[in-house]
Amino acid sequence: MAKLSGLQRDVLKLYRQCIRAVRLKPDDTRENFRAFAREEFRKNVAMDKKDFGTIEYLLRRGRRQLEIYQDEGIRNIAR
Amino acid sequence: MATTRAFARLATRGTAVRPTIFARGFASVDPIAKAGEKLSPEPARKVVPESKTSTLQEPAPDKQAKIKTFHVYRWNPDEPSSKPRMQSYTLDLNKTGPMMLDALIRIKNEMDPTLTFRRSCREGICGSCAMNIDGVNTLACLCRIPTDTAKESRIYPLPHMFVVKDLVPDMTNFYKQYRSIKPYLQRATPPPDGREYRQSKDDRKKLDGLYECILCACCSTSCPSYWWNQEEYLGPAVLLQSYRWIADSRDEKKAERQDALNNSMSLYRCHTILNCSRTCPKGLNPALAIAEIKKGMAFA
Repeated sequence: MAKLSGLQRDVLKLYRQCIRAVRLKPDDTRENFRAFAREEFRKNVAMDKKDFGTIEYLLRRGRRQLEIYQDEGIRNIAR
Repeated sequence: MATTRAFARLATRGTAVRPTIFARGFASVDPIAKAGEKLSPEPARKVVPESKTSTLQEPAPDKQAKIKTFHVYRWNPDEPSSKPRMQSYTLDLNKTGPMMLDALIRIKNEMDPTLTFRRSCREGICGSCAMNIDGVNTLACLCRIPTDTAKESRIYPLPHMFVVKDLVPDMTNFYKQYRSIKPYLQRATPPPDGREYRQSKDDRKKLDGLYECILCACCSTSCPSYWWNQEEYLGPAVLLQSYRWIADSRDEKKAERQDALNNSMSLYRCHTILNCSRTCPKGLNPALAIAEIKKGMAFA
């Protein structure tokens, strides 16, 4: 794999955190959370990789979403 | 409007070091992401100036209308790759209330319902409508519209805060900092007569000029030191509140509170720039409160 920039590593790190956070959810709804996280990333998969400002904004938004969805009270996610 | 209040002085003790309280796990750190515009592919982060955006006109201007132009910062998070821009609005001042907030509400009601801003009490007691108006952080509800129609007014969100949308800043960091100073009475002993925690009139006087703070964040976001060290420096608003509890005669955790501030970042990033006292829309003096904290710790 090519050498990644700092920003790319940040994105991958966030993705990793999301996928790991899914493990803390109840067994039967895990797949929903996983699908949700993947879809959120997929939405912006076509983002121009030179558009740093936007990517940084999306990263911040993603981190906040992760923090919210990590709450134990959230047991399932539907769309 | 600004009346500076004198504080009663206080001799206190403060020692030791404290663990860093700001292990931050949330999103907002550096200034707002201003994204590249769709039209121009280059990812510049500058605001599109008002000369390149459209102007929304007053609905039905009169003959002797006093038309004033307002330039308002707009940014829509639903199109994250669009650039922030300055939108112009012209209003007839004869049909608009006297305050900036009236102008904003009128724009939202009659011209552009997509304009987003926080507001609640419209009388300077809630602190929701803090924004940067003509280069000064203030509450829109307490800021008169300058009647000089030749001059144009510019309205931005609070500087150096992440923008949620248009004029709405992200205050998460600010509130987390406020929580970190434990803004509540900490006591282990019950009151001597089993009723209320009482204090003398003199002790109560020490809290004047402190308890009035509404946490609008105008002072914190005007402080260059806070701009550059938002994660670690608490900022004038939170330090004023911290002093409000240090100065409270009923609180028994004064030493712990001072210890919590005794490091190079939390308190001592204040370099007495005094922007906070100059900008406070409630006429308080956060710089004096910070100085009193420093004095209390120096003479402990």
